[in-house]
Amino acid sequence: MKERVLSIRDLSISFKTNHGVVNAIRGIRFDLFKGETVAIVGESGSGKSVTVKAIMGILSSNGFINSGKIDFTYHRDDEVVKKDLVQLSKKEMRQHICGKRIAMVFQDPMTSLNPTMTIGEQVMEGMIHHYGTSRKEAFKKAVELLELVGITDAQKRMKSYPHQLSGGMRQRIVIAIALSCDPEILICDEPTTALDVTIQAKILQLIKDIQKKKNISVIYITHDLGVVAKVADYVAVMYAGKIIEKGSVDEIFYDPRHPYTWGLLSSMPDVNTVDEELYTIPGTPPNLLRQVPGDAFAPRNHYAMKIDYIEEPPMFNVGGKHRVSTWLAHEKAPKVSMPASLKQRIEKMKKEAE
Amino acid sequence: MEPILIVKDLKQHFTVNRKYSVKAVNGISFEIYPGETYGLVGESGSGKSTTGRSIIRLYEPTSGEIIFNGHKISGKMSEKDIKELRTKMQMIFQDPMACLNPRKKVVDIIAQGLDIHHLYKNRQERLEKVYRILEKVGLSKEHANRFPHQFSGGQRQRIGIARALVMNPDLIIADEAISALDVSIQAQVVNLMKAIQKETNTAYLFIAHDLSMVKYISDRIGVLHLGHLVETGTTEEIFTNPIHPYTKSLLSAIPAPNPKVERDREVLTYRYEESGIDYTQGKRQKISDTHIVLATDEQLKEWTK
Ligand SMILES: Nc1ncnc2c1ncn2[C@@H]1O[C@H](COP(=O)(O)OP(=O)(O)OP(=O)(O)O)[C@@H](O)[C@H]1O
Ligand SMILES: Nc1ncnc2c1ncn2[C@@H]1O[C@H](COP(=O)(O)OP(=O)(O)OP(=O)(O)O)[C@@H](O)[C@H]1O
Ligand SMILES: [Mg+2]
Ligand SMILES: [Mg+2]
Repeated sequence: MKERVLSIRDLSISFKTNHGVVNAIRGIRFDLFKGETVAIVGESGSGKSVTVKAIMGILSSNGFINSGKIDFTYHRDDEVVKKDLVQLSKKEMRQHICGKRIAMVFQDPMTSLNPTMTIGEQVMEGMIHHYGTSRKEAFKKAVELLELVGITDAQKRMKSYPHQLSGGMRQRIVIAIALSCDPEILICDEPTTALDVTIQAKILQLIKDIQKKKNISVIYITHDLGVVAKVADYVAVMYAGKIIEKGSVDEIFYDPRHPYTWGLLSSMPDVNTVDEELYTIPGTPPNLLRQVPGDAFAPRNHYAMKIDYIEEPPMFNVGGKHRVSTWLAHEKAPKVSMPASLKQRIEKMKKEAE
Repeated sequence: MEPILIVKDLKQHFTVNRKYSVKAVNGISFEIYPGETYGLVGESGSGKSTTGRSIIRLYEPTSGEIIFNGHKISGKMSEKDIKELRTKMQMIFQDPMACLNPRKKVVDIIAQGLDIHHLYKNRQERLEKVYRILEKVGLSKEHANRFPHQFSGGQRQRIGIARALVMNPDLIIADEAISALDVSIQAQVVNLMKAIQKETNTAYLFIAHDLSMVKYISDRIGVLHLGHLVETGTTEEIFTNPIHPYTKSLLSAIPAPNPKVERDREVLTYRYEESGIDYTQGKRQKISDTHIVLATDEQLKEWTK
């Protein structure tokens, strides 16, 4: 049996704003298993960052969890501990969980680095704080970590300040900090967005190696489907605060079922895309300040049916690990298949993989 | 046709302390023509952002020459040239949050350039311009009175794009402008940038690391490494006939949305220190009228064997 590290159930989160309440997360459920990687994809504003911030207990002050639980199972010495992170206080999270057992690499490296501290101090801080490592030992480990994430001249760079580094170097520092305390879960929110492909390839490989060596579990947020293909075991596609399709990486890439997922896959430039326009999903996501009737994707869905505007679709089990939330998956729904151009693309991908 | 931008042997060095200086950009030359997109790619720290920032004069170039719209904008500039530069050249930044004033409403952030240079007749026109541009970047009127922190990362980036577009510039320097956006919005923005380019003949210096998008949007591409432009050519030339080993390694690292292929992809490694190549010894070698590689004669012979 695979060991379940994180189990999220019925999580619902809102934010109070001047304009009313934003229902950012509207009931999501997924599991993370030991040593595996879950990738979360979805449009900007779909709730990816809010979801992982809830796991870290760092929602902004106007945010609150309406319902749901986040069960985290970990090992303390020989004991197996299970905690619902929703119930922990900010202080407990900071002392025992954040940065130590669950570490996060943020979307925006500048906001997670302290501009007044050298990067060396920042990499050493967690080890000293959480584990009482001696400065000498911490320094040595910090240099090793910097080398591990591909910083040349690591010893010299220990004394640099964040603003003296390029965007990509800063992000690698943030990754080094996240890894410094040997976490059990590593959450990466667009960690390689600022990086070029060669460094990205190195960092993805690095995360994979560390994952294998230490058996850590990873939640990976990205909009780069190439990256998803490379890192993920399991993929969750989010739309307007919900997971609308999930499954193994192969199920999602070779047999997508939700029209939104079709749209996402179609909008990437293909190697053969020449001058024609890129495909885009029409319209914009719904305003989450209002209640969304029926399927939130309906107004943008070329295949929408009457029921889509009235009732929210449940999660249909379409075999294997594959689940999809669209009325199209209902047994009585008319048979529609993905757009021909996407079908061709997938056929070609399958051929390349042979 | 005259280039809209000419960069000649640009150098940008930073002094970190008395013993240590970073040669972020170390003698690069290229041109951009009206209405075209020049993609600048290269690894993190290779000097892409620095190049963009030197061109728009956020930095004082160490040496070299920059000519924009026929005016020399390196060295001392006249008031008129400064105004030309500040309106006709716009930048979209890599780091959306860092460049949006958190205390200003979106409408005022976008209208800032219009305000400074008095580019409207009345409040109504100002507002209309902002609304039109918001819609163009996939946001709505309702967003105009919100503050930046109330947006997701991707939404913020669209605000930055709107702020540049509203000025109707001749050249936009887009530094990782779409990197923080999800694919479907990336596609929207790229289509949008292309459509605007067709309509207005705006040129783009498109800095990005996502090579599949760079490939799609660019007419020509420059490959930067350690502050040197190691190769430049048409998109076709770079992708089908890369000469420089660094370019080759870069191309081999592009991840494809194909899980079975990705699981055992081999990335070509390239380590400058071990390659025996010294960029300062290289000459700009012409492969074709548009395709140039930085190499010594021996290297060129070896790489084109
Ligand atoms: N502090 C806040 N106050 C009000 N609304 C918020 C707040 N933080 C997030 N939101 C809203 O919650 C929704 C989800 O935001 P989130 O940051 O999770 O998006 P995301 O999926 O990470 O997008 P991106 O890909 O752009 O980073 C958005 O509609 C956003 O506007
Ligand atoms: N103000 C500065 N002072 C000192 N060094 C700097 C400064 N700005 C940039 N550098 C250095 O110049 C080099 C080039 O940085 P630049 O930000 O141009 O890289 P980049 O190609 O944009 O990288 P990325 O893809 O990570 O954004 C780096 O080594 C960086 O540390
Ligand atoms: Mg986010
Ligand atoms: Mg940069």
